[in-house]
Amino acid sequence: MSLVSMKNIHKHYGGVTALRDINFEVGSNEVVGVMGDNGAGKSTLIKIITGLHPFDKGEMYIKDQKINPRKYSVKKAHEIGIETVYQEQALAEKQSLWRNIFLGRQKTNKLGFIKVKEEKEETNEIMRELMGFTGIGANPDSNIKTLSGGEKQGVAIGRAMHFDADLVILDEPTMALSLQEVEKVLNFIRDIKKRGKACIYISHNVANVYPVSDRFVVLDRGEIVGRYEREKISLENLNKELIELTKVEG
Amino acid sequence: MNSDSKLLSKKNYDKYKTQIGLIGISAIVLILFMITSPKVFLSPRIYKSFLSTVPFVGIMALGLTMILAMGEIDLSFPSVMALSGFVFAITLKSTGSIFIALIACISTGAVVGLFNGLLVTKIGIPSIIVTIGMQFFIRGFSNILSQGRAYPMALSDSFFYKIFAGDILGLPSQSYWLIGLGIFLWFILFRHKFGEHILFTGDNEDATKMMGINVDKVKIATFVLMAVLASFAGVLDIFRMRTWWPTMGEGYLMMVVATVFVGGTSMHGGDATIFGTLIGAFLIGSLEAGIVAAGLSGFWTRFIYGLLIITAVTLHTVLKNQR
Repeated sequence: MSLVSMKNIHKHYGGVTALRDINFEVGSNEVVGVMGDNGAGKSTLIKIITGLHPFDKGEMYIKDQKINPRKYSVKKAHEIGIETVYQEQALAEKQSLWRNIFLGRQKTNKLGFIKVKEEKEETNEIMRELMGFTGIGANPDSNIKTLSGGEKQGVAIGRAMHFDADLVILDEPTMALSLQEVEKVLNFIRDIKKRGKACIYISHNVANVYPVSDRFVVLDRGEIVGRYEREKISLENLNKELIELTKVEG
Repeated sequence: MNSDSKLLSKKNYDKYKTQIGLIGISAIVLILFMITSPKVFLSPRIYKSFLSTVPFVGIMALGLTMILAMGEIDLSFPSVMALSGFVFAITLKSTGSIFIALIACISTGAVVGLFNGLLVTKIGIPSIIVTIGMQFFIRGFSNILSQGRAYPMALSDSFFYKIFAGDILGLPSQSYWLIGLGIFLWFILFRHKFGEHILFTGDNEDATKMMGINVDKVKIATFVLMAVLASFAGVLDIFRMRTWWPTMGEGYLMMVVATVFVGGTSMHGGDATIFGTLIGAFLIGSLEAGIVAAGLSGFWTRFIYGLLIITAVTLHTVLKNQR
């Protein structure tokens, strides 16, 4: 079964075509590496899949359900089982860890008041089991701004994992991370596959994308210009293909 | 002794340091007033008087706290107070019903708040411009409608007078409204998902949208809340004075803004304190009385307001930046 299936998708922002005639699929247990230069349309692609922006033309199916772009939203995407770890981590720096984890999915009573104790307890579990926090330093009440870059990425990933998504989208998750922290992120992606889930991994860094992905899709100026399978292409050749495909003419 | 059990452990100090700083400033100011004017500030009468005058500033400051928490600003509230009060006066005059007049008054505030919210979210005009413009517009509108006349009202005999301007258990009823609204809005801001959405919108609007929150709805609802609180402050003032007058609300702008910043709410959004606003209200509300009682001329008032604002905001910023 295709988890996500996009057919002839178009997206414009004013007079600018961000995506043109995109045909893109993600299977239910695979890691797809999406690559391309700045402005290629990678972020637009995931914003459409995650419900942040509607597409203008074409069809999209998620778990075989046809998506109405006017009614699809981030909340619906969460309900269907799509989680995203954004490049900017999508965290609020002045708020506490536990509030960031549960934003948009708060545990509340019928009047909308948050079950603070429950959220903090679950956050503690998430920190220990999913984020690898050892219990020293950071705690559920810690403000995000007191965390390191890697720890913030851990929060964003822990958030995605906790809600047991069927598809996890990672947008440049290793930017500004140390080598050890990068390895943690790559292990997390391997873990997603082991759990039987799917992943879209967006990155400039081919060396990071290559070892964890099953397939690669290359975008350039709003179009898909290359599709490869890891079994059939080496890292070196993939690099060469990328450079060739994204070369600016003239 | 285990350091975790200390009252002022590092964890507690970090969490409450700005409130501690504010209480410190308030204590210093109060002691200064007691030294310079012992007859006034060692008598309970002045404090009872504050409990009936400070709530007007305090209630609007609570609303402004929510707006700043969201990362916006609203400077239209003094005029909302005036226009809503006028609507109360003419509705009472034409229907004879205080209840209907209350509904009309609060609804007026809600409509103005809705306009503010829509102009900011759907048209994209910065809130400072929308609300400054709205301030002039609705002040002018209420002046045109009233033709500059005051409206006295016979309110003393009503049940509503007791709950809005009377004494309850020896204390002015306005103070119960201030404390009650303070407690209610604390729970909304820090324990309800709407309040959490306000804080996140002010902290990182893009991240909040990415998590599926309808930021436009949050902003519109908060502008409506601010305006409703300003209308309610107008109701309390009308019952206290038993009159609506065309300059109602004037003079509150500086005091309310000072209250919120002295209280410790950040102007950058995402960081607010209801407790700080309540303390700030009493501090700012008592300042003029303290200055006059100390024998200083009225010229000192703005100087001391400014000094207090700069000192308090500097202290809050230094404490927050401490690691």
